[in-house]
Amino acid sequence: MTFLNYLLSGISLGSIYAIIALGYTMVYGIAKMLNFAHGDVIMVGAYICFFAVSRFALPPLVGVLAAMAVCTVLGILVERLAYKPLRAAPSLAVLITAIGVSYFLQNGAQLLWTPNPKVFSSVVGTGRLALFGGQLTVSYVTITTIVSCIVIMVALTLFTGNTKMGKAMRACSEDKGAAQLMGINVNSTISVTFAIGSGLAAIAGVLLCSAYPNLVPTTGSMPGIKAFTAAVFGGIGSIPGAFLGGLLLGVIEIFAKAYISTQLSDAVVFAVLIVVLLVKPTGLLGKQIREKV
Amino acid sequence: MMLTVENIHVYYGAIHAIKGISFDVNEGEVVALIGANGAGKSTTLQTVSGIMHPRSGKITFLGEDITHTDGYKLPAKGLAQVPEGRRIFLQMTVMENLEMGAYVQKGKVPEADFENVFSHFPRLKERRSQIAGTLSGGEQQMLAMGRALMSHPKLLMLDEPSMGLAPILVEEIFNIIQEFHASGTTILLVEQNAEMALQIADRAYVLESGSIALSGTGAELAQSDEIKKAYLGG
Repeated sequence: MTFLNYLLSGISLGSIYAIIALGYTMVYGIAKMLNFAHGDVIMVGAYICFFAVSRFALPPLVGVLAAMAVCTVLGILVERLAYKPLRAAPSLAVLITAIGVSYFLQNGAQLLWTPNPKVFSSVVGTGRLALFGGQLTVSYVTITTIVSCIVIMVALTLFTGNTKMGKAMRACSEDKGAAQLMGINVNSTISVTFAIGSGLAAIAGVLLCSAYPNLVPTTGSMPGIKAFTAAVFGGIGSIPGAFLGGLLLGVIEIFAKAYISTQLSDAVVFAVLIVVLLVKPTGLLGKQIREKV
Repeated sequence: MMLTVENIHVYYGAIHAIKGISFDVNEGEVVALIGANGAGKSTTLQTVSGIMHPRSGKITFLGEDITHTDGYKLPAKGLAQVPEGRRIFLQMTVMENLEMGAYVQKGKVPEADFENVFSHFPRLKERRSQIAGTLSGGEQQMLAMGRALMSHPKLLMLDEPSMGLAPILVEEIFNIIQEFHASGTTILLVEQNAEMALQIADRAYVLESGSIALSGTGAELAQSDEIKKAYLGG
């Protein structure tokens, strides 16, 4: 049963990575940039939810929605102010800007909310579900996290596969010039992508802090990097890849913590990433369509 | 007058690529821009499409000044382009590519629009659910043309539609351009294959290093000694 417990915690942590990784991978797919500030949007989302619930005594669901609304606006603003002026700039300039935005958000949070840790209270309570006559217990947070991840994954797959906007996003991610010739407004499509990614980041922030309640201005940075790893692991630009990469990363991390060493768990995670990239440089589900001429 | 281009100057940074080109396209015409590689044909077309903007000069489409209009707003006004190198969405299916072509249409795309494309390109119908990247070069060109038709363009601009295709396919592509024309679409054609272009063009302009060197009817230019020597192999 301990194995099953570890597996469930791994899937739960992996679900959070997957939700964050979706934001990374969608933005990369369409804007061809690594938005290293994405992890810090998670932190902002968690703070908004924290204040909504703890200070203003709003219901948790309202807190989550408020966090999503604020992060969506934040994502659009960051894109407009920091990244859009660099659309034609070399990718290195954009990357450095993203790191700058990341520090800006972290320091802004320190200034606004102090570096003192806040104790985040889980939005779904601390109850546990007992299975197999109490041999296996699963927290509501774990269940909510896994279910949220599945719902988000299905919704995004339907959105990109079946809606006009979703298809336009795929068209832009493949060829912005051609998309523009179709009458697609590439700039607003990029904004929508940032909005979706940041809204998801807010959910991830709330789930993350529900499971690990210590909230500080740097809360988002390590999960952000892990989720970026997950996105590369699964094949950056691919939505199912982010899902698979996130889940695997979470499970590997928890197993490494449980069976190898707590201190070495991150090293194990990154070692697995290196091996995967050596064998399959485009990631697990990274596409390499050969063009016929 | 459907399209009027007046004395446009276009730059790539410091490079003066288009040095004062003027031409026009009347409704119902096939107009060709021909010239050697690097003469500025594609740049001219991209400037009309709003992908690039001229530093000076004026472009008018159906009476409206579109000189500085963002490119994505033009398909809704009736301007469509089949870009050089096809630029279809390789990871999307044939149907999805056609749907993208109809992006500016509100609501659901009518089945008749797809059928119209398939009537010109029966092969695309057979491959409708195939991923576009798996099509042959000729089929990809057909898809790029079909995709452009989906927006019901008043003016269809084709950039090097014959590039990289076998001679038999080039014939087929040009026949289809004439079909489009016969069904009422005005055509602006950019081609290096001057011989084919002049055969179907009502009028043509010859571009040389960013300026118009010659213009006339297709038949006149096909007979011109200069053209014969420079582009038609004697």
